[in-house]
Amino acid sequence: MAHGVAAPALAAILLAGAVPASAAAPPAKLEVCLACHGTNGQSQTENVPSLGGLPSQYVLTQLFMFREELRQVEPMTDLTKGWADADLQQSADFIAALPPPKPPKAPADPVRMARARALVEQSHCNVCHRPDFSGEQNVPRLADQREDYLLKALRGYKSGTRHGYEPTMAEALQPVDDAQLVELAYYLSHLR
Amino acid sequence: MNTAWPRPSALLPAAILTAVMALSLSWPAGGQQTPATPPAATGPAAQPAVPAPAPAPSWAQARPQNAAAETLAPQVAPPLPAPVDRLPLAELKVPKNFRLEVYAGGLANARSIRIGDKGTVFVSTRTLDRVYAVVDRNGKREVRVLARGLNSPNGIALHDGTLYIAEINRISKIDNVEERLDNPPKPAVIYSDLPNVAPHGWKFLTVGPDNKLYFNIGAPCNICMPPPTHAQLRRINLDGSGAEVVARGIRQVVGMDFHPVLKQLYFTENQRDWMSENEPQDKLNRVLHPGQDNFGYPYCDGGDIADPIYGWGHSCDEFTKPIAQLGPHSAPLGMRFYTGHMFPREYDGAIFIARHGSWNKTKKIGGDIVVAKLNTDGTVRSVQPFITGFLQNNKYVGRPVDVEVMKDGSMLISDDWNGAVYRLTYGTTRVSSRR
Repeated sequence: MAHGVAAPALAAILLAGAVPASAAAPPAKLEVCLACHGTNGQSQTENVPSLGGLPSQYVLTQLFMFREELRQVEPMTDLTKGWADADLQQSADFIAALPPPKPPKAPADPVRMARARALVEQSHCNVCHRPDFSGEQNVPRLADQREDYLLKALRGYKSGTRHGYEPTMAEALQPVDDAQLVELAYYLSHLR
Repeated sequence: MNTAWPRPSALLPAAILTAVMALSLSWPAGGQQTPATPPAATGPAAQPAVPAPAPAPSWAQARPQNAAAETLAPQVAPPLPAPVDRLPLAELKVPKNFRLEVYAGGLANARSIRIGDKGTVFVSTRTLDRVYAVVDRNGKREVRVLARGLNSPNGIALHDGTLYIAEINRISKIDNVEERLDNPPKPAVIYSDLPNVAPHGWKFLTVGPDNKLYFNIGAPCNICMPPPTHAQLRRINLDGSGAEVVARGIRQVVGMDFHPVLKQLYFTENQRDWMSENEPQDKLNRVLHPGQDNFGYPYCDGGDIADPIYGWGHSCDEFTKPIAQLGPHSAPLGMRFYTGHMFPREYDGAIFIARHGSWNKTKKIGGDIVVAKLNTDGTVRSVQPFITGFLQNNKYVGRPVDVEVMKDGSMLISDDWNGAVYRLTYGTTRVSSRR
C-alpha cells in the first residue's frame, strides 16, 4: 500500500525548519485549495477557514471525512474525490506547518471578551482546545480563526448539520444558545 | 502477568450470587414492560435534587477541577486504517501455541464482527457510516462496503441469512445478504422507536435463543438521571414488533452474548468516568430475571459503590450485582462464549472479552483480551489476561473491540484503532487434529 510513504519525508523537512513553510511547494493537489484558504495560512475568503497551525490529525480527519462523504460540503467533497491516503496525509502535514492566522488589527471590545471568557471556561472549551486555543491532535486550533467561519461551524454543530468525527461538539453545545455562539465566535477570532 | 490487572481477590466472589433461577426463557409476565413505561419499581420514586448539568460534553460531566484530570480526554483513533505491514502483530502477546495473523486490513474503524453461514465476515463501524463485508475469493480476501450513509451502525447481527443493523435511531435488515453482496439493497427499516441522541447512542445487537433482537440504549451522558427511554436493554421481534424492556439501570453496553447451555444473557457494562483513577470497576453482568433486573445506574457504580451524586439514600444491595468486575475504566466491549472446537478444552464455554482500554486514567489499563472461565451454574470462576500488548508504554498501538468465533473454532478480533481484523488460531498442526 502506498499509504503515508512520502509523508514522513515531507514532515521531516518541515519540522527541521531548514526551509520556511512558505518556501516549500505545497503538494500539487493542495494548490487549488490554497486559492480560497490562503497560501500563508490565513483565509481572506468569506466563510472559508484559515488553515495555518491546524493540527495535522485534525486536518487529516476532516479531509478523510470529505473524501468519504461523511462531511458533505461543496466544494470539498468533490475536490477530495479520488485522493489517496498519502495525498490526505501529505496535505495535512503541509497545512499543519503553515503559519497560524493573525487576529484583526482593530482591538477587541474588552467587555465582550470578558463576558465570552466566562462562557468559554464554563463550557470547558479551553481544555480540549488547550488554554491558548492552539488545539492538538484531533482537536482544531481556534485562535484567530475567521469569525464568520467559527460562527458557521458552531451553528452547524449545534443544529446537527455538521457531523463531527466524534459527537463531542454536538454535546458540548447542547446548553449554549445562538446569542452565546455569536459571542464565542467573536472571542476566539480576536485572541491576542 | 499484566501488573495493571486487578488481583483475583478483587473479583466478586461467585458465592454471593444466588443460584441459577430460571433456565427457561419464559419472561415473568408481571415483569413485562413497554419501553415507554417508567423505570422498574426497584428504582426510587423521588429523585434527589441535583445541580443543573454543567455545560460540558457528556464525557466531561463531573470532572474534577484538577490539572492531572484535565489532561485526560477520550482517545481518538487516527482516521485512516493502518497499512497491513504496520499492524502491531509483533507487540501482541498470545498464550503458548496460539498464533495471531492479520485476517483483513483497510477497514477503517472496524467494530462489531459477525460471520455468515457462507463465510462472509461482516464488520460494522461507529464513527463512520458503513458496514463492511469481507469476502474470501479463492483465498484472496476482498473488503467491500456493503451499506453506507448509516447513523453510527455499531450493532450488527445475523439470523437465518438476514443481516440486522442497529444504528443510533433505527434498526434495519438485509434479507439473504450473502446472496446479494454484489448488488446489496438499501437496508429496510424494521424499528425506529429510538432516541436520536449521539452520546452512548451506538448499539450492540444480538439475536437471542428466543429469536428476538436484543440491543441497548445507553445513558445519554457520563452520569445523569436518564430518561425512562434510556439506560436499558430492550428486545424486539425480528419484524420490529413487540418491544420490551429486558433490564434497566445500565449505563452503556457494547457487548453481549447468550450462555450456550443456560441460555441466559450476559453483557459487559462500562461504568462512569471521573469518580477516581481506580473506581468504579467496569462490569460483567448476567440477566437472571428478564424484565425485572436493574443493574444500578445511576445510583450504584461498579456494583459496590453508592454514586457520590445519585447514591444518597440508596444501597448497592437494591440492585442486581455484577458477576465479575473487569477493572476500572478498562472499557470491556465485545464478548463471546467460546463454542468452537479448536482451542484447548480449558476454554470450552469460557467468555472472551475485548477490553478496549481506558482513557479516564493516568496510567492506562486494558487494551487486551481477557478470558472469563465459568462454573457450571454460570457464575465466574476466574478472569485472566489472554492476549495483551495493545497498550505499550501507556500508549495504544491498537484497541480491540469485538471477538467472534469462526466455524473452524478460530477467533476473529477487531481493532478500531488500526482498522483491522485479526485471526487467532491454536495448534502447530492442522485445525481438525484436536477432536
